[in-house]
Amino acid sequence: MNTVVTPGLFSQVDAKVSTKTPYLMAAFALFVLGAFGIAGKPEIVAIQWSKKDDLLYLPDFLVPSNVVGIVLGVILVGIAVVSFVMARRKLVTPLWLTLLFGLLAVVALLAWLAAGNSLPFAFILGNAVVLAVPLALGAMGGIMSERVGVVNIAIEGQLLTGAFLAAVVGSLTDNLYLGLIVAMIGAALLSMVLAVFSIQYLVDQIIVGVVLNVLVLGITNFLYAQWLSNDGQNSNFPGTFPIIPIPGLSAIPIIGPALFEARITTDLAYLIIPALWFVLFKTRLGLRARSVGEHPLAADTVGINVRLTRFWWVTFGGLVAGLGGAALTIGAVGAFGRNMSGGQGFIALAVVILGRWHPFSAAAAALLFGFSIVLRIWANQVSPGIPTDFITIVPYVVTLIAVIGFVGRVRAPAATGKPYIKG
Amino acid sequence: MSDVTETTPTNRGQAIIREIMSGGATRAILSVALGFLVGALFMVFSSEEFLAAAQYLTARPTDALGAAWTAIAEGYSALFRGSVYNYKADNLEAAIRPMTETLRFAGPLIASGLGVALAFRVGLFNIGASGQLLFGALWATWISTRVELPWGVHLVVAVFVAILGAAAYGAIVGFLKARTGAHEVIVTIMLNYIAAGILTFFFRTPELLREADGGGTPKSDAPAESAQLPLLLGSDFTLHAGFILALVGVFVYWWLMERSTLGFRFRMVGHNADAARTAGINVERTFVLAMAVSGAFVGIAAANQALGVRAGLTPDIDGTIGFDAITVALLGSSTAPGVLLAGLLFGAFKAGAPQMQVIGLSPEITGVVQGFIVLFIAAPPLVRAIFRLPPPQKTTVISDWWQKLTRKGDVK
Repeated sequence: MNTVVTPGLFSQVDAKVSTKTPYLMAAFALFVLGAFGIAGKPEIVAIQWSKKDDLLYLPDFLVPSNVVGIVLGVILVGIAVVSFVMARRKLVTPLWLTLLFGLLAVVALLAWLAAGNSLPFAFILGNAVVLAVPLALGAMGGIMSERVGVVNIAIEGQLLTGAFLAAVVGSLTDNLYLGLIVAMIGAALLSMVLAVFSIQYLVDQIIVGVVLNVLVLGITNFLYAQWLSNDGQNSNFPGTFPIIPIPGLSAIPIIGPALFEARITTDLAYLIIPALWFVLFKTRLGLRARSVGEHPLAADTVGINVRLTRFWWVTFGGLVAGLGGAALTIGAVGAFGRNMSGGQGFIALAVVILGRWHPFSAAAAALLFGFSIVLRIWANQVSPGIPTDFITIVPYVVTLIAVIGFVGRVRAPAATGKPYIKG
Repeated sequence: MSDVTETTPTNRGQAIIREIMSGGATRAILSVALGFLVGALFMVFSSEEFLAAAQYLTARPTDALGAAWTAIAEGYSALFRGSVYNYKADNLEAAIRPMTETLRFAGPLIASGLGVALAFRVGLFNIGASGQLLFGALWATWISTRVELPWGVHLVVAVFVAILGAAAYGAIVGFLKARTGAHEVIVTIMLNYIAAGILTFFFRTPELLREADGGGTPKSDAPAESAQLPLLLGSDFTLHAGFILALVGVFVYWWLMERSTLGFRFRMVGHNADAARTAGINVERTFVLAMAVSGAFVGIAAANQALGVRAGLTPDIDGTIGFDAITVALLGSSTAPGVLLAGLLFGAFKAGAPQMQVIGLSPEITGVVQGFIVLFIAAPPLVRAIFRLPPPQKTTVISDWWQKLTRKGDVK
């Protein structure tokens, strides 16, 4: 019956070692070296490693902006050369090297922007993490769903559901933890709709996802306008979780205060991301799930219940995405706003792909997006006149390039987007 | 016609009824009805009178029922007054104004809905109407504010550029899909953000498109008078020629998809790309072409948004049109008349907003109705289960009969 095989959702050309990556890296590295280094600004940058009240206070590091550009530019060129050599030996450039490359390039950009100014490193990193948490958790939900072969375009709707329920329930009951739990359950119920429609009724998964987004947006917009905006004191004033430093970890210099003095939503993300990696790649449960996503017929043949597996993974994915939604309200700003997710669910979708359906890489990609948001706000303050609109679109261009296949091999679980019909 | 009904035996009559009941049109109508029903529930439960009366529901249930009925009647009559005919208005002009507003809002919805619908028919999901609209509007604004051309020519060039810009942006998607296999959903989502960034940059930069004496906020000049879409009903109404463009679009879409060779090729690829390839159709080229044509229809919406205004443009000129277009195409089941009707319905939703605001009902209720309509549309088995409709029919009694009617003597 299901003989028409459509290409997988994020399908990709053949998987031979790409020589495009080193070329792309070399171009970027030379750009950094040239623009930020040789032609860079000679003004001093004051890099603030830590806040004044930190346990271990490091003094500001003063250095001319163009020196940072040259040093980092040379390192980047070095990485590009390594990548060239590896490509010659038919080796794929490892992901961590690509990530390191991206990170250093970002730092070079920061130093260039902050010429004659201070660069609050800890502040930027900390905010990037807070902004990245909803994206990362949304992406985890997406990974759980797509690893078993169900495309989840509805992440946006799940984030919005979570954000709304967390704020409202947290407000009405005066109990943020209850708000958090209801947000997760609400998003999971939405996921169940996606699961039932795509697994039981075999409706096009992308269409269901888009429709669910439209539906949730309509409902929350209405309830916000009709109810929350009139009765905000009672129903939309939950406050946020307290910021609690994790003992030990938060004492690490530089990154400690930025990463480990956070709200419980962030801490939960730190737990969920490795846990998902462990379950997916180190347990029998994960192996079964992945087999369902790669080759449902084979999985069925060895006795795995394909439909049930898909149903539960999609549902639990909703649970995680709902937590991400809660992180938007009670984990960050403390009140629900109209269309609060504002497209972050779609960015989470991009994060899933950039992260190659892998929890750790996806978390790193989410951090990249978090950085780009902070960068836009901060760059506007330190040096007006920078075309921030271009900083805004950089992550999207990067995602596009990744999808097109320039940055190594991007391959979705083979059965993603395809319904499985037994028989 | 009479002899046809005479020769129709009873079992054929039943077959016709079953075909109608299981058909897309019935399902669409029932979905709309269900959507309104759910919307009514939302109205009832957000009505303070009803919630007050519900406190003593068991003592006097008629109070609660009455309040519920009032809430629904008031809500939907406000929607009617705001979008079709304002029977409370003082003069005729004010009374029919809502209808013209509906048409004005429907124009871009219909046009962009056609774009998404065309992609659907080719088996592609164009989620990037918003990006294509922005990109088309960008270049249309360039022509309308930065280029001086004679009266008449200016408008034509501006509309043409809007369509061309949107088509080019759509073609990128088709090209990337054909060339690299990248899925169009992801590509279009990313291109939406990229288009928004580019447009904002253009509207923010004085040397490019920022208004002459503007502040820090990104905003363009108003389009030159010679490049504005002319008003259709005089200066008292805001309805402009953009709606005519959308109607032309509907006709072109119908002709393209139902009558032309290109449309046949599109549909063939949509039905079964492998079979189409075997039959000698260049599927990859069809993808590029289909996305370009899809973008061109969205370009009509871009012309509506960029040239139908009398004031400067802001970067949010796409509004929610990009996603509304998907709902329009879904409800209209990707056919020309369907998209036209669905666009009018959702246009009415937008036009009805101010009147609903007046009676204290948030106009966002139409978003709820719209959401539920497309939910029911997207899940045929759900609607069939609710109304116990027959499953899709394999008989073709109606189309046979229609062919007999239209071809007259041809059929034996």
